[in-house]
Amino acid sequence: MALAIEVKQLHKRFGALHALCGIDLEIEVGEFFALLGPNGAGKTTLINIIAGLTLATSGSVTVMGHDVVSHYRQARRTLGVVPQELVYDPFFTVRETLTIQSGYYGLKSNQAWIEEILHQLDLVSKADVNMRALSGGMKRRVLVAQSLVHKPPVIVLDEPTAGVDVELRQGLWRFIRQLNRDGHTVVLTTHYLDEAEALCNRVAMLKQGHIVALDSIRNLISSVSTCSLRLRLSPDILPSTLQPLISEREDGFYILTLNGYSQMEDVLVALRLAKTRILEMEILQPNLEEVFVTITGSSGIGRTAALAT
Amino acid sequence: MTGFLTLLYKELLRFWKVGFQTVFAPMVSTLLYLMIFSQVLEAHAEAFPGVAYTVFLIPGLVMMAVLQNAFANSSSSLIQSKITGNLVFVLLSPLSYREIFFAYVLASVIRGLAVGLGVYLVTVSFFDIAVASFPWVFLFAFIGSALLGAIGIIAGIWADKFDQLAAFQNFVILPLTFLSGVFYSLHSLPPFWQQLSHLNPFFYMIDGFRYGFFNASDISPYISLGIVAACFVAVSWVTLRMLKSGYKIRH
Repeated sequence: MALAIEVKQLHKRFGALHALCGIDLEIEVGEFFALLGPNGAGKTTLINIIAGLTLATSGSVTVMGHDVVSHYRQARRTLGVVPQELVYDPFFTVRETLTIQSGYYGLKSNQAWIEEILHQLDLVSKADVNMRALSGGMKRRVLVAQSLVHKPPVIVLDEPTAGVDVELRQGLWRFIRQLNRDGHTVVLTTHYLDEAEALCNRVAMLKQGHIVALDSIRNLISSVSTCSLRLRLSPDILPSTLQPLISEREDGFYILTLNGYSQMEDVLVALRLAKTRILEMEILQPNLEEVFVTITGSSGIGRTAALAT
Repeated sequence: MTGFLTLLYKELLRFWKVGFQTVFAPMVSTLLYLMIFSQVLEAHAEAFPGVAYTVFLIPGLVMMAVLQNAFANSSSSLIQSKITGNLVFVLLSPLSYREIFFAYVLASVIRGLAVGLGVYLVTVSFFDIAVASFPWVFLFAFIGSALLGAIGIIAGIWADKFDQLAAFQNFVILPLTFLSGVFYSLHSLPPFWQQLSHLNPFFYMIDGFRYGFFNASDISPYISLGIVAACFVAVSWVTLRMLKSGYKIRH
């Protein structure tokens, strides 16, 4: 399948800081892809290199097969980027902003599409308002609109929902999901893991300039072998052999962390021996957040990353 | 071409939307200079035979306004875009560094010419001043403002803060314009200062521009044109190299 974005052995140094340490990444056309990682992991640096805002120290990046340095014009025509910062030009109205942005991409008569994006992003009533007068959420929508004026096949959103209210978040995701269904490749970074879990089919987790995990969400979740058991017992006493497994207690329930499903049998045996009856039992699947914490937080990976730098 | 024209249009719309500050304010301050200097220095010796001091002063002031505004346009636009972050919209686009360069320079030229023309039109209604050769006037105004537009790009990209840009304007641009013979003919200076003034590229712009009005100048307009054009080529080369390398704008 064709690659929307291909990153090869990408390094970026800012003085002594090795921000990206040999990133390899392939994102296929039509994917909904998330880049996750703690602050300072290198997500924005990676996006800026893809967008041509930052120059790599070594390595290469292509967008829809166009090298972002040697064929930057073609690469940028195929790419729409929503920057993380709420930037705007205070001299212009929303419609002027979008018309000017179209022009930068060489589009002369783009008014029909501009009206369409204004409508889709619920900006029609603000179209002739100066950018300065818009609320933060509205400015964010204009940034999204600006990234779409040239109908790019690849859309990159750097924390698009940071500081955006719930209603707008949902509206924004509906629109972006629609774009993805229409065939656009979507890449995003976010701190909200539930968003990544709900929207994306694949994620890359970055830590200290390394990709520490790159997989589909389902595989990532199943790779974390722990699961949790939520139990209500009668009598409400957990046998002493099971006490070390307790991760949480919430009114009448015990939550036990197991190393895998096989450990479930041991729990049931211990309960039977103690003549404890199970009133309720629920197996809790790990979510992306736990995967994220496990992978980015585990000292083993941290050490490898440190060694590699 | 559409990309370049759009950036040019955006740059023109930017200063036109604040036209009071960018066009009318410099016109007023230039006319104030003219009123005050012509009043105080009326008895000043004629710089050129048969040319009254006030009339001698007008082309210098017009050209000074052209140059300062050309510089102000590209430099302030760039530093504002850099500091507010909206330069990203240009940097994300497929615009080439050459298109960016020419759009900013041409917008500076247009702003410079607009202010210069405005000052000239007001002064002709008060003073008796005729233009001997429009082509020379236009040529020097055009190439001079293009040079200052390019210098403005360098300053706007180099400066990280507004005060650095203000320092560039006050310690480089302003002294060079004031000491370029706007207010006096070079021949009225002691020989040492005459020699020193010949190192100032602004002198050639003013002198050549003035030639277009009076058919008289301190040195040949062809030499001035050659020197100003050479400066423009050299500065443009540096500016294009900066833009191509992404100096301070693509990290």
